[in-house]
Amino acid sequence: MLVDSPSKRSADAADSATRPRGRHSARAAGLVVSLGVLLLICVASIVVGAKPVPLADVWHGLFHYSGTGNDVLIQDLRVPRTLLGLLVGIALGLSGAVMQALTRNPLAEPGLMGVNAGASAAVVTAISFLGVTSLSGYVWFALLGAAVVSVVVYVLGGSRAATPVRLALAGTAATAALYGYVNAVQLLDAVALDRLRFWIVGSLSHADMTTIRSVAPFLAVGVVLALLIARPLNAMEMGDDTARALGANLNRTRLLGMVAVTLLCGAATAACGPIVFVGLMVPYLVRALTGPDLRWILPYSAGLSPVLLLGSDVLGRLLVRPSELQVGIVTAFIGGPVFIHLVRRKRMAQL
Amino acid sequence: MITRTSKALRTPGGLSIRYQPRATGAVLLLVAATVAAGIVLIGSGDYPISPAEVVATLMGDGTMAQEFVVQDLRLPRVLVAVLVGACLALGGAVFQSISRNPLGSPDVIGFGQGSAVGALAVIVLFHGSQAAVAGGAVVGGLVTGVGIYLLAWKRGVHGFRLVLVGIGVAAMLTAATHYMITKADLVDATRAVLWMTGTLDGRDWVQFWPLLAMCAVLIPLVLAFGRPLRMLEMGDDSAYALGVRVERVRVTLMCAAVLLVSAATAAAGPIVFVSLSAPQLARRLTRAPGPNLAASACMGAALLLAADWTATNAFGDRELPVGVVTSVVGGVYLLWLLVTERRAGRI
Repeated sequence: MLVDSPSKRSADAADSATRPRGRHSARAAGLVVSLGVLLLICVASIVVGAKPVPLADVWHGLFHYSGTGNDVLIQDLRVPRTLLGLLVGIALGLSGAVMQALTRNPLAEPGLMGVNAGASAAVVTAISFLGVTSLSGYVWFALLGAAVVSVVVYVLGGSRAATPVRLALAGTAATAALYGYVNAVQLLDAVALDRLRFWIVGSLSHADMTTIRSVAPFLAVGVVLALLIARPLNAMEMGDDTARALGANLNRTRLLGMVAVTLLCGAATAACGPIVFVGLMVPYLVRALTGPDLRWILPYSAGLSPVLLLGSDVLGRLLVRPSELQVGIVTAFIGGPVFIHLVRRKRMAQL
Repeated sequence: MITRTSKALRTPGGLSIRYQPRATGAVLLLVAATVAAGIVLIGSGDYPISPAEVVATLMGDGTMAQEFVVQDLRLPRVLVAVLVGACLALGGAVFQSISRNPLGSPDVIGFGQGSAVGALAVIVLFHGSQAAVAGGAVVGGLVTGVGIYLLAWKRGVHGFRLVLVGIGVAAMLTAATHYMITKADLVDATRAVLWMTGTLDGRDWVQFWPLLAMCAVLIPLVLAFGRPLRMLEMGDDSAYALGVRVERVRVTLMCAAVLLVSAATAAAGPIVFVSLSAPQLARRLTRAPGPNLAASACMGAALLLAADWTATNAFGDRELPVGVVTSVVGGVYLLWLLVTERRAGRI
């Protein structure tokens, strides 16, 4: 054993010297592959629906628009829907990955942490009490609600001393309280109920270019912020003391992370309602592919989350044709089992 | 701790019973508060009756009009509220004790959502009567309870896994509820949202008797398991060493608690936060260790009556469902609980 160990160690050293290059190119190739998959899903999202459109007509509608029925369908319904799914998917995946890194908690997710519920409660207030009807009006309320609730849950969950269980409980409790309020408002105001019940399931079906234009700036800023803090977040994964020793500015990173999560979740929730579990599943699966380096996790999450979201949307359209299942319901039913598996499998703190 | 708070009553024949003066006092106080709140609630409304007249009417000395208002309209509603509050609180106390976590109460971990899915399926898919809706709620709650237990099972069920699995299941069930509400027409959707908020409006003897039957069986059963439950709080290993058949006690108590919560939900809808807050408040009042089952049940009944009075009287002409009040008050209480429990390092 003692005789063996030096040679083994040198073998390890040699291995680790050659591995980074190989790993880098493998990861880069994986990213390209995932972008390819994303492209395929986008095409599927444009092609599949209550009215099947042949590929030739899709091409015609996209690039030689001449106002035929299929052209209008493609340009006014399917393309905005796909674009919105793409944007929201990126937002949810990135915000999930950033939240998990910030809280060092595999269960952190905007839906479970109550951020979506905060945005919902704020939107309900805007619709019912302040008479706001346009999306560009209530996106601000969604952002405000998301910001307040994410800070409150983070603080209540124990901020830096938070355990996965504590955070999940704080988030669930906040969600329960906020949905109680949402239900109450719906009861007092039948008009609000009629609008809200379609918004609150989480659906892409009302997408149009106005929606996309009004949320895109928020999402863009959020994406840039999230990608910029990958390096300090990497350092923070090793614990606060090590991160400080490595030169990371902890408070600035936390603040920027919270701002990014708020912008991404708030805008995504305003655009298509609360969608759960996307931010949980994708970073978890990505971490298994890339390892713990956030500089890879973040781009991968951004690439693969829309695949999940648009895939769920397409699935929802296929399952109950010619009607459709809203995407929020499909993701909840895909994500629930993944979450339960995670809870059962992982030896998390206190489990 | 125990030697200071508990006393023993001994008879010359060698029988003895151990009791805690402060806890016993708290239970008596809560019973008195419940009765007083009930009398005030019966007396208030569009046709006000003074407390003395209420008592007289209950004894059989009222006028015809008072008899009708009290016996047929308000008494059943108050009695349903008392039983629903007691059931929810008792179920909450059992679950909080089993999961060893103040937040492990049925409304947080998915049984409420399970009952809601069952009831909504009846409302939206079959346009069922009120009795059918109640049946749907019980079935939904039970199926969810069994499902969560099986999913959390891994060589025994442990507190935190139970809570987390419950949270995951609750998220899926919430999606299912929202979906069913979009599928309904607006009248059914309003009915569904009203049901989901939890209300005591229009409850009469039809809801009271089945609820009473369930309570008559389940409440004594749960109270009888109070001692092993208290030992379970010390951890599975210690309880096992003390002679408690851990998994059997846990299954029995969970079944009873799920049934209690489902029965309450069937009668009045998923009224949130009573299961969460009543046991915590009771514990602070009695200052006794253990699950405090009797005090929790009385606290739940008193709380729900107070919430119902607030919902019907505090907003002018507008009567809100009781669930709105409990969710708002409970939410604030919950924030306070999270902060203080964290400071004490108990969550």
